[in-house]
Amino acid sequence: MLMYVVRRLLQAVPVVIGTTFLIYFMVFSMPGDPILAMFGDKTPSPAVYDALAAQYHLDQPFIVQYGLYMKDLFTGNLGTTFSGEDVGTVLARTFPVTLKLAAMAIAFEFITAVVLGLFAGLRKGKLFDNITLVIGLILMSVPIFVLCFIAQYFVAIKWGWASPTVGADTSFANMLLPAIVLALSLFTTSMRLMRGTVIDTRSRDWVRTAYAKGLPARRVIPVHVLRNSLIPVVTNSAANFGVLMVGATVTEGIFNVPGVGNTLYQAIIRGEGPTVVSFVTVMVLAYVAINILVDLLYAVLDPRIRYA
Amino acid sequence: MTQETTPVTDSTEPLVSIKDLEIGFQTGNGFVQAVKGVSFDIFPGETVAIVGESGSGKSTTATGIIDLLPSNGRITGGSVMFGGKDLTKASKKEIVEVRGREIGYVPQDPMSNLNPVWNVGFQVREAVLANNMAKNKKDADKRAIEVLQEAGLADAERRMKQFPHQFSGGMRQRVLIGIGLAADPKLLIADEPTSALDVTVQRVILDHLESLTREKNTALLLITHDLGLAAERASKVIVMYQGKIAEAGPSLEILQNPQHPYTKRLIAAAPSLASQRLKSTKVSVAEAPQGEEIDLVAASAHRHAVVDKADHAGAPAIEVKDLTKVFSIRKGGFRSEPFTAVDKVSFQVPRGTTMALVGESGSGKSTVAKMVLGLETATEGEILIAGKDATALDRAEMLEHRRRMQPVFQDPYGSLDPMRSIGAIIREPLDVHKVGDKKSRQQRVNEVLDEVALPRMIASRYPNELSGGQRQRVAIARALALKPDVVILDEAVSALDVLVQAQVLQLLADLQEELGLTYLFITHDLAVVRVVADDVAVMERGKIVEKGSVEEIFANAKTEYTQKLLDAIPGANIPLGA
Repeated sequence: MLMYVVRRLLQAVPVVIGTTFLIYFMVFSMPGDPILAMFGDKTPSPAVYDALAAQYHLDQPFIVQYGLYMKDLFTGNLGTTFSGEDVGTVLARTFPVTLKLAAMAIAFEFITAVVLGLFAGLRKGKLFDNITLVIGLILMSVPIFVLCFIAQYFVAIKWGWASPTVGADTSFANMLLPAIVLALSLFTTSMRLMRGTVIDTRSRDWVRTAYAKGLPARRVIPVHVLRNSLIPVVTNSAANFGVLMVGATVTEGIFNVPGVGNTLYQAIIRGEGPTVVSFVTVMVLAYVAINILVDLLYAVLDPRIRYA
Repeated sequence: MTQETTPVTDSTEPLVSIKDLEIGFQTGNGFVQAVKGVSFDIFPGETVAIVGESGSGKSTTATGIIDLLPSNGRITGGSVMFGGKDLTKASKKEIVEVRGREIGYVPQDPMSNLNPVWNVGFQVREAVLANNMAKNKKDADKRAIEVLQEAGLADAERRMKQFPHQFSGGMRQRVLIGIGLAADPKLLIADEPTSALDVTVQRVILDHLESLTREKNTALLLITHDLGLAAERASKVIVMYQGKIAEAGPSLEILQNPQHPYTKRLIAAAPSLASQRLKSTKVSVAEAPQGEEIDLVAASAHRHAVVDKADHAGAPAIEVKDLTKVFSIRKGGFRSEPFTAVDKVSFQVPRGTTMALVGESGSGKSTVAKMVLGLETATEGEILIAGKDATALDRAEMLEHRRRMQPVFQDPYGSLDPMRSIGAIIREPLDVHKVGDKKSRQQRVNEVLDEVALPRMIASRYPNELSGGQRQRVAIARALALKPDVVILDEAVSALDVLVQAQVLQLLADLQEELGLTYLFITHDLAVVRVVADDVAVMERGKIVEKGSVEEIFANAKTEYTQKLLDAIPGANIPLGA
């Protein structure tokens, strides 16, 4: 088990280097001069310009800049934003917000998908199954920003049940609406996965054996059908959690949630190189970590899987 | 064995009385009737066997009794009277009460019938608790351990916490038998309880099942495709054919004096009941309609002449000297230890004869086959093919070597590429070896299809459209395409139904006669050996413990191991009628 985790972490090293290099290269290639940008309308004197260029290593070739940046990154120095704030501080402020939003969304998505998927699977081809299929297809085919606007318009503005934007108040109640919208956008795949697995598991030999033992359906369904069907759905939702943690840029933007997705988007618009690269690096690390956890979770759920 | 034990018929009331049972399935092609009016009784303590090939409706009948049919199955008529109630009309709640408590069930495939995510103890305890055999969890645990011990599972207490995948097939089947008997039911339905197991394990399990049911005076309904096994274990045999009962009666009577043509065919085809080597019966094959009546019990004098005539003077087709294979097995972490799978094995196969390599799973017989085929490298020893050392070949020589020696594998479902047509599958070896041009290859495909008695038009079809027997014929056709001298058959008929098995074995005998092929026949089934082989080598734990001609081995086995394998042939000791 420990060997497996170590090996997976070692595999993450080339992933982190590869992604940061790519992002760094793209930011480096963006048009515009970062020093001139710092001065806005004014033009700095050549002496000041050179001094700043030297301070930020902008006079060095690309590969040296990248190396120096990586060195800083691993000593915990994530750089500063244009407004002079430490990138680390910004991350510490925005990351928990995204984490909370992601956790709420996944909880909604998982519970509804499992419950509706189970009943749809047990009533395959019946009315309930068809209704969930149609609703699921609608939710899946509508782009997420449309879902966001519909929710904002009806729930928040027309009916006044929630605040249309989150803003600084990131309480549970205030984030409920974006979390539900996110959950709805992910719901269909999980629900259909659950439904399919339930149908498949139900016809397994061990389920027949369970009935042959004399167990009533109210025990066979949860213990031998639901429990086994959860394995792929749990891992799917956990992987979705990894995706959401990296920031639901569109949803966070529309609902003005002060999370990583929103912040990153603003940084890209403003061309804030250091913020973008540092955010992406941390996100890649978080994503890799979640995926290792998903694989370990799989071993917990399925006793046949043991990592050596 | 046990046919002399008379059924305990102290009660004149049947335990279960099945009348005109009809069961059908809703399929893509409409409603299909699988069981068409089946009637029989089971008396308390009696063992009844239902015999038939796959698709005969025997399993459907069994699962229909306690309403365990797949979701598309439905009972359309008749009645199942049990304890004064008609189970076909019982409510869900009533059926749940009967299942487990009154009627136990042991399923066919031990690999798929235990839930992989729960430990074994949990699954046995569940059966105990479901039928009120224990008041609390602690009692249930005690009873579960008891049940597993009764089912013959050594150190049951420790094994309770283990998961099914940590058990062998035989052990899992013991767990399932334990579950079936956990609540001391009056009737146990065992649906092919041992078909997935090794012969020797099969025997142990059946012996155990027999003594358990006798001890508790449990009636047993045994479903099997093996007539020999049925006759040996049951007092009454019911032969099913195409959803109907073809014949029913006391087992010895059925076996010695079969009335229905289907039963006669089954008896003739069962290798476990035959006693002579197959000879080529080209005439009978030509006369008999496709897939019908092949007499396996035919005399073999002719065969003896052929074997005697075989070229003993020249180099043997296959000669193996001190062949050894050592694998290294991982012991966790970075440690590994050597494991000798094949240990100094030597044998010769004269040209034009059949050598059978017999043993239980894990005895190293398949590893020998792989090494002879060059799919696995030998650690030590020599393999001489027609006098030429096969262990020291360069690439070009290896290709030629493989052309002369072709394999046929066990699973006709797994060894054919489902995405390619039959013609393409058979042609592939010709393409690989660049034999002739496109037209002559097509010609050769037609030729081998004729040789294995498949219609030529089958070339454009795909494996999933064929039956198991047809697929195995395709696998043989593919092996023959290159006109090899030697065919290595690795459990080539083990996955087939008796009747189909008989056809394929007959085909192999005919081809050998016609083309002068040499066979190396790998199998765990000594019954098959008796009808196909000239010589036998018995392997145990990597070593050849005994070898000789088939007559010698069957008449006078020297080692205990061989005797054990011989005893494991179901029905071997039942005297046959005409």
